[in-house]
Amino acid sequence: MKRIVVLGCVMLAACSQSAPVARNTGVYMLLDTSGTYREELRKAQDVILYTLSRLEPADSFAVARIDTGSFSEKDIVAKATFDERPSTANAQKRAFASKVKDFVARSNSSQYTDITGGLLQAVEFLNEKATGRKTILIFSDMEQDLEKGYVRDIAVPFKGFQVVALNVVKLRKDNYDPREYMARLDQWKAQVEEAGGEWRVVNDLDRLDGVL
Amino acid sequence: MSMNVLLSITPWPALSAVILIVVLVAVLYLARHTAHQAIRTASGAISRGLKIAAHSVSHAQARLGERNREVLLAAGREAKERIVEREFMRVGETVRKDLANYPHLHRALSEAISRIEKDHQDAVEVPPDPPGWVKAVETVSKIDAKNGANEVLSDIHKSVVKAHKEAMEAYRDASTERHELLRAMMPRWRDVQEILTTVDQKVEGLLARLLGIDRHMQEYEAIVKGEDKAVSVLSSSSLVHFFVSAMVLLVAIGGAAINFSLIARPMAEMVGGTSVVGVFKTADIAALVIIMVEISMGLFLMESLRITRLFPVISALPDKMRRRMIWITFSILLLLASIEAGLAYMREVLLQDELSTTALLRGGEGAVENEFLWITTAAQMGMGFILPFALVFVAIPLETFVHSLRTVLGLAGIAFLRASSLVLRVFSSGFRHLGTLMERLYDLPLFVPLWLETRFSQRSAQEARALQPTGEDLREVTS
Repeated sequence: MKRIVVLGCVMLAACSQSAPVARNTGVYMLLDTSGTYREELRKAQDVILYTLSRLEPADSFAVARIDTGSFSEKDIVAKATFDERPSTANAQKRAFASKVKDFVARSNSSQYTDITGGLLQAVEFLNEKATGRKTILIFSDMEQDLEKGYVRDIAVPFKGFQVVALNVVKLRKDNYDPREYMARLDQWKAQVEEAGGEWRVVNDLDRLDGVL
Repeated sequence: MSMNVLLSITPWPALSAVILIVVLVAVLYLARHTAHQAIRTASGAISRGLKIAAHSVSHAQARLGERNREVLLAAGREAKERIVEREFMRVGETVRKDLANYPHLHRALSEAISRIEKDHQDAVEVPPDPPGWVKAVETVSKIDAKNGANEVLSDIHKSVVKAHKEAMEAYRDASTERHELLRAMMPRWRDVQEILTTVDQKVEGLLARLLGIDRHMQEYEAIVKGEDKAVSVLSSSSLVHFFVSAMVLLVAIGGAAINFSLIARPMAEMVGGTSVVGVFKTADIAALVIIMVEISMGLFLMESLRITRLFPVISALPDKMRRRMIWITFSILLLLASIEAGLAYMREVLLQDELSTTALLRGGEGAVENEFLWITTAAQMGMGFILPFALVFVAIPLETFVHSLRTVLGLAGIAFLRASSLVLRVFSSGFRHLGTLMERLYDLPLFVPLWLETRFSQRSAQEARALQPTGEDLREVTS
């Protein structure tokens, strides 16, 4: 009997000491608002709504714009960590969708494209949320265009992150020389994978099922 | 040592092979007796071991059968005791109810009989007065006619006629009254008849019930004596009970599953939708716990009502405590049923909320208003309220299942042990024969020396017979 009690105590202690495993998902979506890509924001809105429909209570989601200097909380358009209660989570999702709708309607085009700054901000946000799965969605043509004075040759810590480039449209110059497009994507892939992250490109927005 | 080496003992491999075979056969022949003994010992040991195991299994089977028989008889005895006890209670109730009414019945019967007697006495025909005129007429007739007897007679005649008329009227009145009285007696006779019919029916019912008790008592006696027929009947009915109760329990599990789906989703609102215990969601566990608590309360309620007897402690409680327990368990059940009805309503609300959110996120305008939605909501609430009470009755098939399970497991165990014993016996016999077969196989390459040995022994026997003195030789010696 005494042995059973001791065994039970040991098991309880073991259970209490083991760290809880986070099973929630964190998604950070970067929206490119530079130049002509701003016209693609309607598609981005659909992706956001789709993402919202896939997320569960206790998941975190943030949408931020990519502009001249994206390493800033000011660029976050909407963010939420959904409540444990499904009804409250639904209300949060509706409010989130409303904010995104307003943003898409009123957003201005930015002069430069600081993707790296946005990625740094995303990593910081998701690390802070300490979610089980961390996904960064980049809705951009992946052409970085930095203003003079911005330093972005930084190794972003992508370990444990899944980085998905969505709707990477081809630029006019890519049509002249497709190698530029491929080189651009390869460069981002190398940057993410070297830092321990997982890289994916999804151009067909009907194939988002496997992303989340 | 490879074959090539063995075949190279002489320059000619064929010769080497022949030498080797001869040597091998010689060795095998020399070791034949020992090899046979070894084979016989090994196969015999295995065979005996298996036989002992088979015997042991048969013994275990017999013990299990005995135990199963005891369990069956005990269960049957208990069931019969309950039936007889219930029958006696019913008889007692009938006797108490009817015999309590008996004084009233007796009084009614006595009153009815008294009234009938009184009416009967009243209805007795009063004999008419004896005629007083006869003597007077005789006296007058003896008087001389001259003395005016005729006139007197004439007056008497008139008076007689008048008196006769009056007497006849009085007689008719009395007869009418008597008939009225007799007519009034009819309903009383009917009352008496009805009372007697009622008594007769009740007594007949009681007798029929007593016949039933008598039959049960005979079966009970057979069980107490441990008769084979009783065991056979109990065994078959136990199997029937097992399958029927298992089927009802499956239905109950279906009900519990529906109940679970009704409350699992809204439970997420109370305990959170993402927390998990192990691999299960906390909301699911909470819903399951509520259902389990309901089933437990149902069990306790049934125990307190003495419908089931799974917990002897509850059955043995004093009546006052038992009644308290009935009320407590019923109140908890009512509370849980109300909670479930509320959760079922919440489920519908959440479902609608989720549908409208999903529709919005898909670019729609939200969920379409359904005017008949209240029907599903009400149905869900009704189910949420009724199912906990329906699950209370799970206690009855559960008790039957638990009781019959012992017997069924026992029967299955007996069948398994019987099959094991048979297999062990077959293997035991198989090993014995295998030993014999191996001896024969061993002898197969030794057919040449064995043939020679047989010939040798035959010749030796013939020589021995030739050397033995015959009867004639003996006679010659003696003469």
